[in-house]
Amino acid sequence: MKTDVLKVERAEVDEDRRTIERAVQSEYKYGFVSDLETDEAPKGLNEDTIRFISGKKNEPQWMLDWRLRAYQLWLKMEEPLWANVKFEPIDYQDIIYYSAPKQKISLNSLDEIDPELRRTFEKLGISLDEQKRLSGVAVDAVIDSVSIATTYKEQLAELGIIFCSMSEAIQEHPALVQKYLGSVVPVTDNYYAALNSAVFSDGSFVFIPKDVRCPMELSTYFRINAENTGQFERTLIVCEDKSYVSYLEGCTAPMRDENQLHAAVVELVALDNAEIKYSTVQNWYPGDKEGKGGIYNFVTKRGICKGINSKISWTQVETGSAITWKYPSVILKGDNSIGEFYSVAVTNNHQQADTGTKMMHIGKNTRSRIVSKGISAGFSNNSYRGLVHIGKTALNARNFSQCDSLLLGDKCGAHTFPYIEVKNQSAMVEHEATTSKIGEDQIFYCNQRGINTETAVALIINGFAREVMSQLPMEFAVEAQKLLAISLEGSVG
Amino acid sequence: MLSIRNLHAAIDGKAILKGINLDIRPGEVHAIMGPNGSGKSTLAAVLSGRADFEVTDGTVDFLGKNILELSPEDRAGEGIFLAFQYPVEIPGLTTTNFIKTAVNEVRKYRGEAPLDAVQFLKIMKEKMALMNMDQSLLSRPLNEGFSGGEKKRNEIFQMAMLQPKLAILDETDSGLDIDAIRTVSNGVNTLRNKENAVLVVTHYQRLLDYIVPDFVHVLYNGRIVKSGTKELAFVLEERGYDFIKNAVNEGQEA
Ligand SMILES: Nc1ncnc2c1ncn2[C@@H]1O[C@H](COP(=O)(O)OP(=O)(O)OP(=O)(O)O)[C@@H](O)[C@H]1O
Ligand SMILES: [Mg+2]
Repeated sequence: MKTDVLKVERAEVDEDRRTIERAVQSEYKYGFVSDLETDEAPKGLNEDTIRFISGKKNEPQWMLDWRLRAYQLWLKMEEPLWANVKFEPIDYQDIIYYSAPKQKISLNSLDEIDPELRRTFEKLGISLDEQKRLSGVAVDAVIDSVSIATTYKEQLAELGIIFCSMSEAIQEHPALVQKYLGSVVPVTDNYYAALNSAVFSDGSFVFIPKDVRCPMELSTYFRINAENTGQFERTLIVCEDKSYVSYLEGCTAPMRDENQLHAAVVELVALDNAEIKYSTVQNWYPGDKEGKGGIYNFVTKRGICKGINSKISWTQVETGSAITWKYPSVILKGDNSIGEFYSVAVTNNHQQADTGTKMMHIGKNTRSRIVSKGISAGFSNNSYRGLVHIGKTALNARNFSQCDSLLLGDKCGAHTFPYIEVKNQSAMVEHEATTSKIGEDQIFYCNQRGINTETAVALIINGFAREVMSQLPMEFAVEAQKLLAISLEGSVG
Repeated sequence: MLSIRNLHAAIDGKAILKGINLDIRPGEVHAIMGPNGSGKSTLAAVLSGRADFEVTDGTVDFLGKNILELSPEDRAGEGIFLAFQYPVEIPGLTTTNFIKTAVNEVRKYRGEAPLDAVQFLKIMKEKMALMNMDQSLLSRPLNEGFSGGEKKRNEIFQMAMLQPKLAILDETDSGLDIDAIRTVSNGVNTLRNKENAVLVVTHYQRLLDYIVPDFVHVLYNGRIVKSGTKELAFVLEERGYDFIKNAVNEGQEA
């Protein structure tokens, strides 16, 4: 009896699935990894591409002008070559700068989302529906170039919090965008930031008004889906006096043989007594075992502690990308402000990472703390690059940096490039660095207790990274721990 | 339960164990003594499956299985436990987390359901009382900054948590203060029953006052050259190893 019932249910499930599959196949005939029909700009970059993007988004004239100016400046700039990474030159004319899933959805009704899209998110472990909403995380999801859905919006709006896509912010809150966009990362800051300014297609915008503590984690998931597409998202977070927000971004991309470019810009502004906690779990496709394919992750992230007693804290878990070039930084302008950088960067196979931070001390009694944990395996290269700058005006500034490297195997590399510039004698700057290997003794000890080598490595690296992992919001710490283990799978023993 | 026949082992081509024969039955305690460098820790390492050592000859049967074919973690699953002479530190990994993983991995091997946090904590509390183990030690990273004695105590605590069938204690007494030797020995004795066995490696007769052996063996130059009852330990304490060494060397010359 019982088995019959099960059979019937199974048959129904199968039938449902086939129906969905048929629907998906007939409707979405393009060969994308998630079969989403897309609306794309023609390949290549010129003023028309920028007009196309801006036009798609119905942008006001000022935004188009801003983009065009960035483009003109970008043309005159050169790609930076100082990072400790190697790659074939990028052909900027071979990239699609705008790609949007074609479906129309009303942002209020998540139920209407294309089932294929919904499945894409489920595969990523992102659920846009009630389950996650109950767990108290507001999500903004960006696929390729556009924001797909932002949850929890109304509840946040009651507190005066704005959490929406950048495109929407440009339409709905132009004054705020105009005031802060490019105020932390100027258009001319660097080659990739200029490119992003010209062609950025979407991203998240967060505004926390005075005296408001954002009651939930805000989070954005980025996904590069379409082929030959670059992703250029732009995130801007502004915290007014005495406000607080914790924000998390996660990202993935499907496996593809060619390299794809991701050049994002993130700007954070903290006013008096405000605090911003920004966490990243980066899991872009790293390329295959031979080093073919993968994302070039060239990202500019910077925050300014503009007000007194303000605090900005970056936490990153970097496991993906073929190449990572990324230095989340803090400008410590307000007196007594605090900047923090907690990083775990894992490289395996042929991945290359050159990542670190810049702490620019300007205000009095400013403090910064850097904890960087690099884990290298396979043939990978992992560099920490950090600058601590104590300006003339930064009386009694303090910095503490700890950079630890862990090596798995003997074909990989770990490098540390700490730069320290002190212009004020009252400063105290401390730097500590260690390099270690996972010892056979440690692994055997675990084995002897019944723990296999794979699990032993996971335990050891999570121990190594603990100080950083403990900075992540609870909901994501477990996910991030698993990610560390997965990215090092098969690298020992 | 354990039957070692003609066991030879080498490291980097250098022979260390040169024909060990040893039988241990359930419920027994065996002590191995012998001069530094004679191969006591090597025997423990080979039994627990350390890959650095190459077994060049002989067999080891444990409860009907040829354990030389098993990985170290599977041997642990079968019930072999080694209290290390030099316990290893793992920075950042809390001792509790480590032990919980170990307990559940061994349970998995045996086809048992993992313990949830509440069940685990209950057992842990029990064993902590038994071993006089400090809670604060367990929330610290595994062995990191532990004193010599604390590390040894932690080994026996893990043994209590894992309840092995064969426990090999490699110089667990060295580094322990007098009171700690008593506590640790008490712990070991409480865990003893008709089904399990203990192999203690020690340099000092004193430990054998607490963990009373059924047999004492002397390991010298990779072989067991003398076996006896617990009285042998007193003789060794009094006379040292020279008389045995001489007898062995003369025997070889003859
Ligand atoms: N990894 C190794 N490489 C080379 N020789 C080794 C290695 N490990 C052990 N040996 C050698 O094997 C021999 C036996 O060492 P083992 O540690 O088993 O001695 P032991 O009886 O436990 O000594 P102790 O009483 O000092 O603990 C020694 O000569 C030692 O130097
Ligand atoms: Mg020894």
